Amino acid sequence: MAVGVKDEGTPSGGGARWWYDPKVRAIIFQVAFVVALVAFIAFIVNNTVVNLEKRDIRAGFGFLSEPAGFEIPITGVVDYSVDKGSTHGAVFLIGLQNTFLISAMGIVLATILGFVLGVLRLSNNWIVTLLVGSYIEIVRNIPLPLQFIFWQTAVFIIFLPKVRDPISIFDTIYIHNRGLTGPKPIGEAGLDFVFYAIFAAIGVVMWLRKWARRRQDETGKQFPVFWTSLGLLVGLPLLVASILGFPLSWEYAELGRFRFTGGMGIPIELFSALTALTIYTSAFIAEIVRAGILSVSRGQTEASHALGIRHGPTLRLVIIPQALRVIIPPLISQYLNLTKNSSLGILIGYSDLFNVFGGISLNQTGQAIEIIFMSMSVYLCFSLLISLYMNWYNRRIALTDR
Amino acid sequence: MIEAMNTHNRPFVRTEHLPQSPPPVSTSGIIGWARENLFSSPLNAVLTIASFYFLYLVIPPFVQWAFIDAAWWGSSNKDCAGYDGACWAVVTARFGQFVYGFYPEAERWRPNLVLILFAINLLPILWDRVPGRTIAALFLVTGFPLVALFFIHGGLGLEVVPTPKWGGFMLNLIMAAVAIIYSLPLGILLALGRRSEFPIISRFCVLFIEFWRGVPLITVLVMASFILPFFMPDGFNFNELLRALVGLTLFSSAYMAEVVRGGLQALPKGQTEAARAIGLTYWQSIRLIIMPQALKITIPAIVNTFIGLFKDTSLVIVIGLFDLLQVAKSSVTDTNWLGLEHETYIFVALVFFVACFAMSLYSLYLERKLDTDHRD
Repeated sequence: MAVGVKDEGTPSGGGARWWYDPKVRAIIFQVAFVVALVAFIAFIVNNTVVNLEKRDIRAGFGFLSEPAGFEIPITGVVDYSVDKGSTHGAVFLIGLQNTFLISAMGIVLATILGFVLGVLRLSNNWIVTLLVGSYIEIVRNIPLPLQFIFWQTAVFIIFLPKVRDPISIFDTIYIHNRGLTGPKPIGEAGLDFVFYAIFAAIGVVMWLRKWARRRQDETGKQFPVFWTSLGLLVGLPLLVASILGFPLSWEYAELGRFRFTGGMGIPIELFSALTALTIYTSAFIAEIVRAGILSVSRGQTEASHALGIRHGPTLRLVIIPQALRVIIPPLISQYLNLTKNSSLGILIGYSDLFNVFGGISLNQTGQAIEIIFMSMSVYLCFSLLISLYMNWYNRRIALTDR
Repeated sequence: MIEAMNTHNRPFVRTEHLPQSPPPVSTSGIIGWARENLFSSPLNAVLTIASFYFLYLVIPPFVQWAFIDAAWWGSSNKDCAGYDGACWAVVTARFGQFVYGFYPEAERWRPNLVLILFAINLLPILWDRVPGRTIAALFLVTGFPLVALFFIHGGLGLEVVPTPKWGGFMLNLIMAAVAIIYSLPLGILLALGRRSEFPIISRFCVLFIEFWRGVPLITVLVMASFILPFFMPDGFNFNELLRALVGLTLFSSAYMAEVVRGGLQALPKGQTEAARAIGLTYWQSIRLIIMPQALKITIPAIVNTFIGLFKDTSLVIVIGLFDLLQVAKSSVTDTNWLGLEHETYIFVALVFFVACFAMSLYSLYLERKLDTDHRD
């Protein structure tokens, strides 16, 4: 490269002209890039401002405190009522809460189903492997939006009975094609103490686990942590509640001629969205679990058996910890996918963030830029948290790696 | 003396082999296979019986419903009244709409022609026995989109078919193809930028990639549909389909970048160093040394990304494009075809399943093939 430079009067110092210096080139190149980027952004911002003025749209987040004026099927713990003039800010909170609700439930269910399927896929039973394999291939290769719509309109609404004629469980819980109606819990004085008891139990359990592990490290004595924890978690709140005389009553749902009065309802959209998300994600999790278990070499099992460790503890103490190292990173990214996919609730009318806020609020206020970027940043924050956790986890397992 | 004893008490010694007897019935043939693969333990036996019972519950009624009792032809759901099973008439009667949307019937040879041209163009890229891979790939990115646009959209003597009339499965294919064709080069640039030595460039690429990977596609499509027009100069009118394509391309380019980055990371560092040592410039080393190797090992992953993208195209119903799923959705609310959710959605699922499953088989085949002839 520097050949052609040699016989022309070279500047002092090197054998090449300054523009062949990689450092100078790096600076020039990046400055040019930044200038181009800034110019592009300025162009976009300028266009946006002109367009907003032309269409007479007032930019800003003032719309969050304006009344929303539309009903939402699932309001959860957010105090929301059209008559009281609840705002678009409250709508945002409800959407956030419902997105978290369905994501959390979906993650738990998909993990359970995925682990079961992943283990079954590895069984030496020909027909089971075949069935699970077909399930995974079918579910993975059909678009998720179609699965959402299918469960809602072709399964639940058609096969469940109408509201007038519901499936009744002990005359308290009713299942029908608009969802599930059940008794509504009404807290009375003293309920707070039961919640405190639950938190206290969790604290004690965490301490107990540490203590038991330390004791085992020092003395080798084992302590039945699992059963004690279970007993504490169930027993302590129950004890407090019985002392206070069970400060909780139920408002039962009454079936009128066409609809239920009182009680609490879970709309069918939640079940459809949950079913679709769980089934779709479980197929991916099953493949991850299978790959994870296969990644632990057979020698580990044989060595463990040679040491005289039984089959159960081998699985629990040798195989699963090593398989988890392979399973967890892709598993977490599936959780992230599930959370993002929950935004498909808009297709069937589940009141998640993107449906109520990015859909209805957007149509009402016309504040497209603010609303879409607020919705996006919720998902972005979530994925940022997940990737921080992943980095931490990868560092942690890298330390224990040989 | 000893010899005498031996001759006297010589035990019987057989001089020829016995004919081989067959292995026990319980370890060979169907019974042996079943014992090993279906009933090897009590738990397995239970699972096997439960599985067969499940199949017995599902398969015969489904076959009865879908094939034996089904009505195949008709012009509305009244023609299916006499049949107990599926009413496939909805599919056969509206097949054209499922495939082409509202594309005029007389002009449907044009998308078909484009599909054939696409297949011909793709052949050298996907199958290494056909020569001319590089030229075909270049043409796919540059010339082919223009040819496809000319035929599908029209103009220059052909009747113009505006984009709102494009629909059905054709639209899914168009969107997936356009997004993949443009997101691959964009993804390569982003992956290179992410690994660049220039800190500003690599930061920017990381931010760009992580942004698109962090948000759901549905928000990207809505953003493209609602916000993109704001970003353009006043009076610049933006086609609805084009907006969706921009969103899809940017979205999938981030995923593509990560796939390509995986391929780049799998290459030993010595490849870059050797290329620089023999005096190749950065772009020469990328073009001649790095990319051919990196892309080769990432082709299966690229195909998998394409499958994901292809399934994702059905999301455009959120912004009102008339893709296959939207055709199905509006079909089940058509008064002539009410109550046919199962038939309609099963058909759509089948179409997507066949397409995606075929592609994933191709990606498996590639993985196996590339596995053998790769380094070390």
